[in-house]
Amino acid sequence: MTNELDIFVGNTTLIDEDVYRLWLDGYSVSDAVGLRVRSGILEQTGATAGVLQSDTMDHYRTFHMLERLLHTPPKLLHQLVFQIPPSRQALLIERYYAFDEAFVREVLGKKLSKGTKKDLDDISTKTGVTLKSCRRQFDNFKRVFKVVEEMRGSLAGNIQQHFLLSDRLARDYAAVVFFANNRFETGKKKLQYLTFGDLAFCAELMIQNWTPGAVDSQVDDMDVDLDKEFLQDLKELKVLVADKDLLDLHKSLVCTALRGKLSVFPEMEANFKNLSRGLVNIASKLTHTKDVRDLFVDLVEKAPGPLGSLHGHAAQLPPAHVPRLRPRSPDARPACPLLGPAAKGGGGRGIPGQPRSSPPRSARSPGPGARTSRPQPPSAPGRLPPGPGSGPSCPVEWGGGGTGSRAGQGNPAPRGRS
Amino acid sequence: MPGKLKVKIVAGRHLPVMDRASDLTDAFVEVKFGNMTFKTDVYHKSLNPQWNSEWFKFEVDDEDLQDEPLQITVLDHDTYSANDAIGKVYIDIDPLLYSEAATVISGWFPIYDTIHGIRGEINVVVKVDLFNDLNRFRQSSCGVKFFCTTSIPKCYRAVIIHGFVEELVVNEDPEYQWIDRIRTPRASNEARQRLISLMSGELQRKIGLKVLEMRGNAVVGYLQCFDLEGESGLVVRAIGTACTLDKLSSTAAFLPACNSPSKEMKEIPFNEDPNPNTHSSGPSTPLKNQTYSFSPSKSYSRQSSSSDTDLSLTPKTGMGSGSAGKEGGPFKALLRQQTQSALEQREFPFFTLTAFPPGFLVHVGGVVSARSVKLLDRIHNPDEPETRDAWWAEIRQEIKSHAKALGCHAVVGYSESTSICEEVCILSASGTAAVLNPRFLQDGTVEGCLEQRQEENLPAGCGFCHIPYDELNMPFPAHLTYCYSCRKQKVPDVLFTTIDLPTDATVIGKGCLIQARLCRLKKKAQAEANATAISNLLPFMEYEVHTQLMNKLKLKGMNALFGLRIQITVGENMLMGLASATGVYLTALPTPGGIQIAGKTPNDGSYEQHISHMQKKINDTIAKNKELYEINPPEIPEEIIGSPIPEPRQRSRLLRSQSESSDEVIELDLSHGKKDAFVLEIDDTDAMEDVHSLLTDVPPPSGFYSCNTEIMPGINNWTSEIQMFTSVRVSRLSNINLTNQTLNKNFNDLCENLLKSLYFKLRSMIPCCLCHVNFTVSLPEDELIQVTVTAVAITFDKHQAVQTTKTHVEKSLQRASTDNEELLQFPLELCTDSLGPHPFSPAKEHLESASSNSGIPAAQRATSIDYSSFADRCNSWIELIKLKAQTIRRGSIKTTVSVEKASPLTEGHFRQRSAPACANSTVGVVKMTPLSFIPGAKITKYLGIINMFFIRETTSLREEGGVSGFLHAFIAEVFAMVRAHVAALGGNAVVSYIMKQCVFMENPNKNQAQCLINVSGDAVIFVRESELEIMSTQQPIASCQPACGGGEIAT
Repeated sequence: MTNELDIFVGNTTLIDEDVYRLWLDGYSVSDAVGLRVRSGILEQTGATAGVLQSDTMDHYRTFHMLERLLHTPPKLLHQLVFQIPPSRQALLIERYYAFDEAFVREVLGKKLSKGTKKDLDDISTKTGVTLKSCRRQFDNFKRVFKVVEEMRGSLAGNIQQHFLLSDRLARDYAAVVFFANNRFETGKKKLQYLTFGDLAFCAELMIQNWTPGAVDSQVDDMDVDLDKEFLQDLKELKVLVADKDLLDLHKSLVCTALRGKLSVFPEMEANFKNLSRGLVNIASKLTHTKDVRDLFVDLVEKAPGPLGSLHGHAAQLPPAHVPRLRPRSPDARPACPLLGPAAKGGGGRGIPGQPRSSPPRSARSPGPGARTSRPQPPSAPGRLPPGPGSGPSCPVEWGGGGTGSRAGQGNPAPRGRS
Repeated sequence: MPGKLKVKIVAGRHLPVMDRASDLTDAFVEVKFGNMTFKTDVYHKSLNPQWNSEWFKFEVDDEDLQDEPLQITVLDHDTYSANDAIGKVYIDIDPLLYSEAATVISGWFPIYDTIHGIRGEINVVVKVDLFNDLNRFRQSSCGVKFFCTTSIPKCYRAVIIHGFVEELVVNEDPEYQWIDRIRTPRASNEARQRLISLMSGELQRKIGLKVLEMRGNAVVGYLQCFDLEGESGLVVRAIGTACTLDKLSSTAAFLPACNSPSKEMKEIPFNEDPNPNTHSSGPSTPLKNQTYSFSPSKSYSRQSSSSDTDLSLTPKTGMGSGSAGKEGGPFKALLRQQTQSALEQREFPFFTLTAFPPGFLVHVGGVVSARSVKLLDRIHNPDEPETRDAWWAEIRQEIKSHAKALGCHAVVGYSESTSICEEVCILSASGTAAVLNPRFLQDGTVEGCLEQRQEENLPAGCGFCHIPYDELNMPFPAHLTYCYSCRKQKVPDVLFTTIDLPTDATVIGKGCLIQARLCRLKKKAQAEANATAISNLLPFMEYEVHTQLMNKLKLKGMNALFGLRIQITVGENMLMGLASATGVYLTALPTPGGIQIAGKTPNDGSYEQHISHMQKKINDTIAKNKELYEINPPEIPEEIIGSPIPEPRQRSRLLRSQSESSDEVIELDLSHGKKDAFVLEIDDTDAMEDVHSLLTDVPPPSGFYSCNTEIMPGINNWTSEIQMFTSVRVSRLSNINLTNQTLNKNFNDLCENLLKSLYFKLRSMIPCCLCHVNFTVSLPEDELIQVTVTAVAITFDKHQAVQTTKTHVEKSLQRASTDNEELLQFPLELCTDSLGPHPFSPAKEHLESASSNSGIPAAQRATSIDYSSFADRCNSWIELIKLKAQTIRRGSIKTTVSVEKASPLTEGHFRQRSAPACANSTVGVVKMTPLSFIPGAKITKYLGIINMFFIRETTSLREEGGVSGFLHAFIAEVFAMVRAHVAALGGNAVVSYIMKQCVFMENPNKNQAQCLINVSGDAVIFVRESELEIMSTQQPIASCQPACGGGEIAT
């Protein structure tokens, strides 16, 4: 005797979190049953394998029906077919859009196209994430990307509004979209030590400070693309390397700012010239798309100096947390993108990576210095000088964030970079 | 005369993409009522159109208003080809036709298509302006309220319960019309949905007319069913109980009642329960005597074949009146006559109710049922469906005569059902024979029943168990003892009923779901031969089902079944029987004996050993069950009690019972403390199988209880979490060597596994109880068995649940008193001052003298007298006040204030009034439950009946996830549509929800499937008790007392 049909429909849709996880992880029904059996649920409840099989099938069917709605979460809220308490709805959405660290590191910065989708098999084998789950995550990225790509307003805000994600997850998606749009290369071996958290942190700062949206909140694509004008301006930073006086001024400003706040301060001070030159060189090339893509690779490979040894010593940095004023005019662009999160309350994520901090620092050389020595007259040319707005909160990025909650945050010190 | 129906189409959302090119839709809406159609403008290129139409007005007869559903069709405009239908919404506007229900229907309705299911939603506003029609010859019955609930709805009071109403209408099934060959299945299904909608409306109107004729104003326990007779047509039939209901505008009774002294007062008598004898406070006045004395507990059923439907059981009239003359006093006889005449005026003294106002049910006889096998023929004249009417009339006659044979003049908990396979149809009816209190049955008897109430309320909690039959003239052998509660009257050893456990019944321990499952193979045959074969099988099935129930009941250590529902399903090559009931241990009935196994071949040593092994297992099971369900009846110390039962008489009773013993050998020897035992003879392998199957039933995992009645006996501390669900399973039998045994085993496994699955699924709700577990079996094809279960899981507070039985009793009383007070216009608080002097003291004196006669030791007597007289006084008080209230209602308003003045009640009134305001706080969530109440909440308003019929079909079964995916989605959609309609009526719950039909057909080869679902229930507004309390505490209490009091009564 076999059951041809076996269903259970509740007035309130039953959601079993464990089964949902198994489903999201892409396990087949039989695998899921196997895993559940191993979890000892049969002993706990006195159920039989048949019951478990039927239960799992039921949940899978429900999830399958819900999946269509999960693609556009606002629909899940307004639909009438499944009566689900709000807290459960939130859980369904949040879990559905959650992604694996291993997977996202593989895809980050890649074009979200069919081509990439074809590579998912390889990614699946490499990361140990099931192909099904890879597909879901990839499709989520792509769906979010398509929806917010051409939208006005804050990237994370748009994502949150259209996908009803938590603040945290929405910011992660913003990073994914930002990377995908700018196609930053992150897959190189040298960059492997960077976690998604590290890169997302960079993305957040870049979105805040390097995009058109940083200047004008009413432009299209404001948070998605880099600000061409700004990249153009970066070329002028060369003067910081070329002009001895400016170099010295820059150095003194930076050193004043960081004195006593870095354990590796002496090395930094000693190597300032090299360090500055490397960063300025990278910055000045960013007008070329190719170089933009290689930004992170370049930072690791070409920005020399002892700054790297700073890494992983967050505790040695002063935990100052000073709010920063936002520039009023485009010209008063913040000197250092790092300030961003500080301004926003010290972004939850740590700052592991110096790469992200270094380019801006050198690019707008007065950056670090400016923060502490605001009263000093700007010495850098053009609009680069730290505007009065470029706030005095620098150390936050160094120490304030501590380690973000993302796994793998305590990544290896990026010493090789300097 | 007319009414004006006004409809406004506001907007749509989430519409499907109809134009692939633009990925958008050009939607417009057709609004149709009767023959009139209106259209909205086309809203171009949007999936969320905003039509904001004008008000479409239909001026129609109220007859049409009742019959016709409002049809709303959403279409996609297409310039070049025909417009594509997106889907439809049918809105039953009946709830707008009576004044107290909803005033407007407004909300988002799912747009439904038979092929695609729900496709977006549409926002509609519907209103009705109704002009009163006083024409006596009108054909409409607007204003008659319908309730699916099988008890008096919570915010109403029954003034009169008139009795049975039934009606059926017949039509050709569009599916089988010739045109079906050229039109699409979709069109045919649309036609079917429309037709059934129309027929339900018509049926309801016709029933309403009958109710008006009886001068009632409502139908309670309304049950409407469809018989899809295939080629011979479509029958829609309905039964119900006509009542005159009074709205309790003082619905407030509930809240203050809970905490009122009256509750304690009611409880006190029962605290004595472990020692039932203190209960014998019942006075032995002439009034007290029971008119009838015998109650056989067995189901009593007959079958009649298609060719021969005469009743072999002649109604034994005269018996009842004879016994009345013999035993009762003159007044009693009078009363009896009154009742009888009241009931005999009616063709069928049937009641579809399963729970009753206190005092309504006097005695319960037992289950009566009748079945008849019919050959379906074409209905030639749909306007005069004589054959179908005649068939049911026959069955009802039979039921009536069975009830008479049991010495009962009425049947309660009555229901009818059919099972159809090809052209053979089994009609079944069943109910519980009962003796009722005439008070509720007719107007004008109210005066005479004041005294009667005194009398009937005394044998607290056991009165209904007392047999209504003459001991010397039993219709079949049964075993009687004196009531264990009052020691005055005879009770049967077991009691089977189709009703819910009366609220005043005292039980020990908890109840449990008991099921008997049975399959019988049958040869495939045609027409007449088939019908005969089925008729021949039926008696055996009934017998076996009964035996199984009895065995399982004994195995659980219980002595009564409530909510018994036996379903016999006919298929091509087999018959299936499934009986579900809730077993309980009634304190009034004797302790059930164990089960004894006797072997037929005594000389075989190993066999003996085997038998004794089995016996041991059975005994262990019984012991375990007793522990599990907390059945620990108090040992009755006979000597101490000084039993009122004279020893010699007992002995003689014993002798007789032995001589009368039938297939079930029953021994009873109370005096030696030995319990009666139930002997199972194992004489062949079949019997062996039976015993085995007895032992295979696994009890639910700890923390779970289940029952098929409204509430679980023994659990009363419900918390508010509920989860209603429907589960469907279809199993394919392997075709090799089907025997009755393997079939039985398969069927048993199917049901058991289904239950296990439910327990597993709902494990997060532990501790919880599955209530109103309703199994339906159908045999859609040769080797397919479909089992559909609908039930509700309710959580309860474990800590209170583990308390002693005493608490249970208290709790159940709490509920009882709550119900009680809800029904009464003036709750029992009025009696709080009853210790002081008041005008009804005669009752007390009368009681005192009565109980002093009954030979109870003085010490015990003192307490019992006090309490019982106390209770009694209250009852008489209430009675009187109710009378007053009634007269007052008819007459002037002002006098009422004086009645109310001193009572704390007004406070409650006030609370209740303000309650509906906060009903909207839980917008969005619509609860569904098959029960008539919502735990932890108070129903403040009934908005009307929900009765919906849907068909869903698919031609891409595999793509939709196979049969499971298809049906899962469909049922979810049905729930959604029910919820949407309730929400649009302004409600937040459906009570008494029932899925009456779920007909599933598939053709996997063609990748097709189709399903029909019919659901119904009552849309209500409920308010959480916690919210009520918060509200009420904030209210100033004394401020508007007189005003409130007066106002309440006036309504």
